[in-house]
Amino acid sequence: MNAPLRRVGVVVMILFGLLFANLNWIQGYKADEYRNSDYNGRVQVAEYDRKRGNIEVGGTAVALSKETDGKLKFQRTYPGGAMYAHVLGYKPVNLGDTGIERLENDFLAGTSDQLIANRIKDMFTGDQTGGGNVLLTLSKRAQETAYKQLNDNQVGAKRGAAIAIDPRTGAVQALVSMPSFDPNPLASHDTSKATAEYNKLDKDKDRPLANRALAETLPPGSTFKIVVAAAALENGVTQQTEIPAGSTYTPPTSGTPIRNAAPTICPESQVTLREAVTESCNTGFARLGGRLGADKIKEKARAFGFEEDDLTVGEAGEKGGLPVAASRTGDMQNPDGSTDPAALAQSSIGQNNVRMTPLQGALIAATVANGGSQMRPYLVKQLLGPDRTTVYDAAKPRELRRPVSGPVAADLQDMMLNVVKEGTGRKAAIEGYTVGGKTGTAQSGPNTPDHGWFIGFALDKNGTPVSAVCVELEQAGSGGSAEAARIGGRIMAAAIAEGR
Amino acid sequence: MRLARSRRNAELSLLLLAMVLVAAYAATVEANVLDTVTPDFWIPAAALGLVFLGLHLVIRWLAPFADPALLPAVALLNGIGVGFLRRYDLAEAAPEQRETLGIFAGFGGQQLAWTLGAVVLAAGLLAVMRDHRSLSRYAYTLGLAGIVLVMIPAVLPARFSERNGAKLWIIVPGLGQIQPGEFAKLALLAFFAYYLVRKREVLSLASRRVLGVDFPRGRDLGPVLVVWLISLLVLVFEKDLGTSLLYFGMFVVTLYIATERVSWLLIGLILFFGGAYLAYVLGDTVGGPFANFYDRAQIWLDPFAEPYDRGYQLVQGLLTLGTGGLFGAGPGGGQPTLLPEVQTDFIFAGIGEEIGLFGLSALLVVYLLIVERGLRAALAVRDSFGKLLAGGLAFTLGLQVFVIVGGISKLIPLTGQTTPFLSAGGSSLMANWLLIAVLLRVSDGARRPVTGGGGPAARPSGGPPEQLHGAPTEVIRP
Repeated sequence: MNAPLRRVGVVVMILFGLLFANLNWIQGYKADEYRNSDYNGRVQVAEYDRKRGNIEVGGTAVALSKETDGKLKFQRTYPGGAMYAHVLGYKPVNLGDTGIERLENDFLAGTSDQLIANRIKDMFTGDQTGGGNVLLTLSKRAQETAYKQLNDNQVGAKRGAAIAIDPRTGAVQALVSMPSFDPNPLASHDTSKATAEYNKLDKDKDRPLANRALAETLPPGSTFKIVVAAAALENGVTQQTEIPAGSTYTPPTSGTPIRNAAPTICPESQVTLREAVTESCNTGFARLGGRLGADKIKEKARAFGFEEDDLTVGEAGEKGGLPVAASRTGDMQNPDGSTDPAALAQSSIGQNNVRMTPLQGALIAATVANGGSQMRPYLVKQLLGPDRTTVYDAAKPRELRRPVSGPVAADLQDMMLNVVKEGTGRKAAIEGYTVGGKTGTAQSGPNTPDHGWFIGFALDKNGTPVSAVCVELEQAGSGGSAEAARIGGRIMAAAIAEGR
Repeated sequence: MRLARSRRNAELSLLLLAMVLVAAYAATVEANVLDTVTPDFWIPAAALGLVFLGLHLVIRWLAPFADPALLPAVALLNGIGVGFLRRYDLAEAAPEQRETLGIFAGFGGQQLAWTLGAVVLAAGLLAVMRDHRSLSRYAYTLGLAGIVLVMIPAVLPARFSERNGAKLWIIVPGLGQIQPGEFAKLALLAFFAYYLVRKREVLSLASRRVLGVDFPRGRDLGPVLVVWLISLLVLVFEKDLGTSLLYFGMFVVTLYIATERVSWLLIGLILFFGGAYLAYVLGDTVGGPFANFYDRAQIWLDPFAEPYDRGYQLVQGLLTLGTGGLFGAGPGGGQPTLLPEVQTDFIFAGIGEEIGLFGLSALLVVYLLIVERGLRAALAVRDSFGKLLAGGLAFTLGLQVFVIVGGISKLIPLTGQTTPFLSAGGSSLMANWLLIAVLLRVSDGARRPVTGGGGPAARPSGGPPEQLHGAPTEVIRP
């Protein structure tokens, strides 16, 4: 029996050799990857040894670290609770971080290359200075107003979003997604509690973790008519040009007629473009879209920012930031490649396969208000060193694109002002300011309530644009767009009040 | 003829060296965790040292020719285990309680107490079993006992047998619990060894040739096959895949050693991989009892697919090992509390974070040394039963290390197993110390000079069965 025993000895050697080789692979070759893995709690424990910097809005810290006597030295807290959740994100011990916490992680944690001087100083003094501070562009009042008004909306919508930006710079003044969530339990040092809380939020059917303002698209309804109107103005149509309308319009080859929201809206066979915008005349725009053709509409939409896959909202002039979902015009074609007139007609009033993010809506309004120049949206105003005196990075606004010329922007502006003055957007009016906008009601499905939209802007006495907004109330039903207009007006008023 | 040297002094020196290493480990842990070395750092190491010294004296008296490397090697592993568990307790304790943590507190303290019990048990076995061949007289009793031990947790209601979802225990409420499967391993192996040795002639000679492979007659292989199948079925029912694999390997290897036919290894391997693949496919399609296996295979193939869910433990184990890197964070320098089950299944990874690849390699070498020393005792012992017993036990120990270390390092699918002598837990510690006692006894028999002092006089009255006593070392084949 000695021969097989010897062979068993060899087999054991081989088995241990495999263990040895595998350990070499893990602890040698893969060591760095594992050591720095996002899933490795040790990385975070080391991070919690140093005081993380604040994230501030208008001089108030909305994310800060407090010293504890637990194993992890600093506890991250969010005094604003759910109000800032989608902007700030959260910095959990055991899960992946999100939002500004993720975007500016290096700077907040103090490990950024920009803060190398501080770390070198620490080496000599033996101190451990905290991480740097991040100042956001948000207006405290606008954000609070947006959060409260959205959650207390008078049509009972459970989901929605609102975003306001400064048309001149692209600075985000307010960004709210409804429903929101409290990031504090997620940052709990009790990782099982944090995980349980995350799983609860993750499984919620209303998806509170989703950032609807940036990352979710819905059919924009009539707000899309601004894009179609822009295309028309550039193709020989003026505000006063009569376009065919009527109470119903059945596009060729399609059986389903397009109607207006009410029988009183443009029943006459011809209306001016201005009237069509003011009253939100569906038949007029469906026919106008057919006359312009799918290519012109798609091209104008792309000029406004549709189909852009890699837009982010972060620091001005920089790449990187919170990801923004691409808005889409969708297909308007038959399978053989020719234009499907029915799809084109539906798309021209923001239905069919057209999808838009609230941010895109706000950008359209801001562009119109800013004379045709679209600024890159950004959230981080300034990076402030741990000592609170050294400014590391101040935002430098940057033009993203010029979708329309100045005269066309002026025409669009004029028509949108009329919408608030005497059209569907009256509720957005702000005393002492000139407000323009466009409402939208979009069918969400065969048996579900319609989505309500409003995009708009406010100009001060000198005609300078001070705020642009987009409010979306998901499945709000009737009155949704008027309520969105009202909320949009309140948000812009708050942004103006703080800016003054 | 070999010069009969007991080498007991070598054993003592090596044991002292092992205890110095264990004390040094404890000191480093305290320096890292407490930022100071308490004046009492050496107490656990000294306590262990005393216990092992006692066993050393028992060996001097009862098994003077036993292999001198076995005890120090096991003592080092056991000491590192106690040291790491105490280090884990320190990490878990509130900061103000750390410096005053009693030596019998927490996992480390329990392990220290268990070690005392296990070593006494091992010494007792050495005292009772003066010749390993006496075991063969109880072979059938042991075989039956093995099956009963394996089956008890399956039969008992969950309240008395289930912990953390594994139905492997006998729990006496208020008193404690034992894991009978750990002991069943020893009992079953003794039975296999006895039976296969008795039947080895017919097993290897009276066979029918099918497809170029010699198969023994059913009635010759029957009993051992039945015992093995029952244990395997029970274990599969209990979802204890690691132990099933262990028993399977144990059986195939003893069969191979007994018959000297490579075909058994091949059949075993084919059955194993065929069965595993079948279970995987069935788990994917049929589910039911195979779903667990399928789950584990999925986790193994890609633990990072669900890093916070099913793959969490394995992912954390890999990250822990990776963080250790080549040199480790130093004893006490890691963060073992981040790894679930670090005190039992994942202790090798937890230790690896702190002693790194070099330290773990050293531990693996110590394990390998124990296994190869066991095999060496099997090679040198003169009777077939002893050969099979020691060979089987040594291989089983090695296989267990392979299964658990391979499992936590993603070499093979993870199955819950204790890491011998390191993991917290009395059953495992006792069973493995008993295993070492048997290896010590066999190695004593192997290295004892044929003439002179030891020999028949040391044998208990009654003596072993004749046919074993006279069995030749090698089968002469035509």
